[in-house]
Amino acid sequence: MIPLLGISTQALFGQLLLGLINGAFYALLSLGLAVIFGMLNIINFAHGALYMVGAFCAYFLLQLLGLNYWFALIISPLVVGLLGMIIERTMLQRLAGLDHLYGLLLTFGLALIIQGLFQNYFGSSGLPYAIPRELSGGQNLGFMFLPNYRGWVIIFSLIICLATWFMIEKTRLGAYLRAATENPALVRAFGINVPRMVTLTYGFGVALAALAGVLAAPINQVRPLMGADFIIVVFAVVVIGGMGSILGSIVTGFLLGLIEGLTKVFYPEASNTVIFVIMAIVLLVRPAGLFGRTA
Amino acid sequence: MSVDTASESLTAPVEVAHPRDEQIAFLLMTAALIVAPLIAYPFFLMQALCFALFACAFNLLVGYVGLLSFGHAMFLGAAGYFSAHIAKVWGWPPELAIITAAIGAGAIGIVTGALAIRRQGIYFSMITLALSQMIYFFCLQAPFTHGEDGIQAVPQGKMFGFINLSHQMTLYYVVLAIFLFGFLAIHRIINSPFGEILKAIRENEPRAISLGYKTDRYKLAAFVLSATLVGLAGATKAIVAQNASLTDVHWSMSGEVVLMTLVGGLGTIFGPVVGAFVIVAMQNYLAGFGQWVTVIQGVIFVACVLAFRRGIVGEIAHLFKRSL
Repeated sequence: MIPLLGISTQALFGQLLLGLINGAFYALLSLGLAVIFGMLNIINFAHGALYMVGAFCAYFLLQLLGLNYWFALIISPLVVGLLGMIIERTMLQRLAGLDHLYGLLLTFGLALIIQGLFQNYFGSSGLPYAIPRELSGGQNLGFMFLPNYRGWVIIFSLIICLATWFMIEKTRLGAYLRAATENPALVRAFGINVPRMVTLTYGFGVALAALAGVLAAPINQVRPLMGADFIIVVFAVVVIGGMGSILGSIVTGFLLGLIEGLTKVFYPEASNTVIFVIMAIVLLVRPAGLFGRTA
Repeated sequence: MSVDTASESLTAPVEVAHPRDEQIAFLLMTAALIVAPLIAYPFFLMQALCFALFACAFNLLVGYVGLLSFGHAMFLGAAGYFSAHIAKVWGWPPELAIITAAIGAGAIGIVTGALAIRRQGIYFSMITLALSQMIYFFCLQAPFTHGEDGIQAVPQGKMFGFINLSHQMTLYYVVLAIFLFGFLAIHRIINSPFGEILKAIRENEPRAISLGYKTDRYKLAAFVLSATLVGLAGATKAIVAQNASLTDVHWSMSGEVVLMTLVGGLGTIFGPVVGAFVIVAMQNYLAGFGQWVTVIQGVIFVACVLAFRRGIVGEIAHLFKRSL
């Protein structure tokens, strides 16, 4: 093993891999936040809680119905997406025309309710969720050992992110979506059902969070508070990237995951705070965010 | 992105101020707080007073400048650690510990405020939340805060050398005096020419800029004042409870102060006080129900936002068409 700056390459690549996985989750979550923000102009504080619900959904499917990981990967986002659409229809829609900060307060309240309920029934400790049989084991790449499941998480979330980008930027549906973001009244005048699009957008955004939750279940344990602190870091990621660009959210997510992983190797004490420090620097140098538009 | 001109702002439209109403309400509140320890536990009241000052100082920012900070726990918690450390390790008298800690919180406010006011609206909330999480991790790792244990057994000492704070009733009236000082300071700030400019920024920032006001400076000044007054509350709270812990720096505390202010009435002078007493009392009564408290708080949040946006004092003021 060749040591690099006193650190073995094994440890370095191990942490980089972990960073990349965290980056995948940052990307999926901040992508959902950006999509929702574009249409609804609110920051979805319940995003972390719904990410947790996604993971729990996978756990329930396995324990109660015996449905494995691959079913969970499809069913869990659908269930959470439906839940999100109900939330949008029954509550968020009533806030139209009010200060956007009310949306933040409402979704914060929802996050407290959801997390509190799960904590009541499952405490704060983690529930185990096994890695699917097809993805156990790993590959020896020579310079490092790559567990199959971790490789899968990175590749799969990259595919989902790029598919989302393609759908929003290159398809007709995405064009409607972007148009409705710019000028909802005008798009409505063309006969497009904008309120339904808003509902579907919210559902889609939180379904991405649930998908991230299912992906995280075998890596991090399934815990009621798994999304509570995580979402604050994702907020910082969103501030750094700016929510103006879909591709920007994806790039920023993966990049910051990598930086966090590197920090764990070279200066572990700062690994919790490095993203916040980067946020402070970005605010000083480029207040609109790396990919943001100046308001 | 389109700018909605018709959106209802976070606070009720400005009602005509009736100084006499406010004076009567203030005298009633002060009288009630003076006799309160005869019927309620002084310790509970002192906790509630600290939270009331916390909420009032938070409201200075959200209610009068329109900046919703989701990170005010950092000032409460950091000032608590400062005052506990100064009183216990340095052995300073309580009044110096409290004042120094409040100034310390103000100093944190200068740095975090300068960063946060670079963005508006939702971004401002996210930035303050992220910065306070950074302070939280700092408090978790720094040696002087003792991590998970916190600073325990903080001496209460003698204020100005002769007021013995370990006597509970004496401590109560000292805390009441500190609360009234903070409350009146906020009242003074709101009704000063400076406060009028803050309200102008809340109503229409571009117009305030076009009138030649450097709004960033006003926003930063309001942020630092708010942080310092929150620090005063946090420092006092640490002396009252004789400890400083991670609870006060955690983001859930930032959420609680938003809830208190929302329940009492955003942008009302007495609302945060009422809201703080309601929420602290609720937490006391429901302490045995574990995590259900969180669920109930969430339900109150949702209910307030959907149906009760004026808050308790806001509704009363609206009923009588007065500003309170």
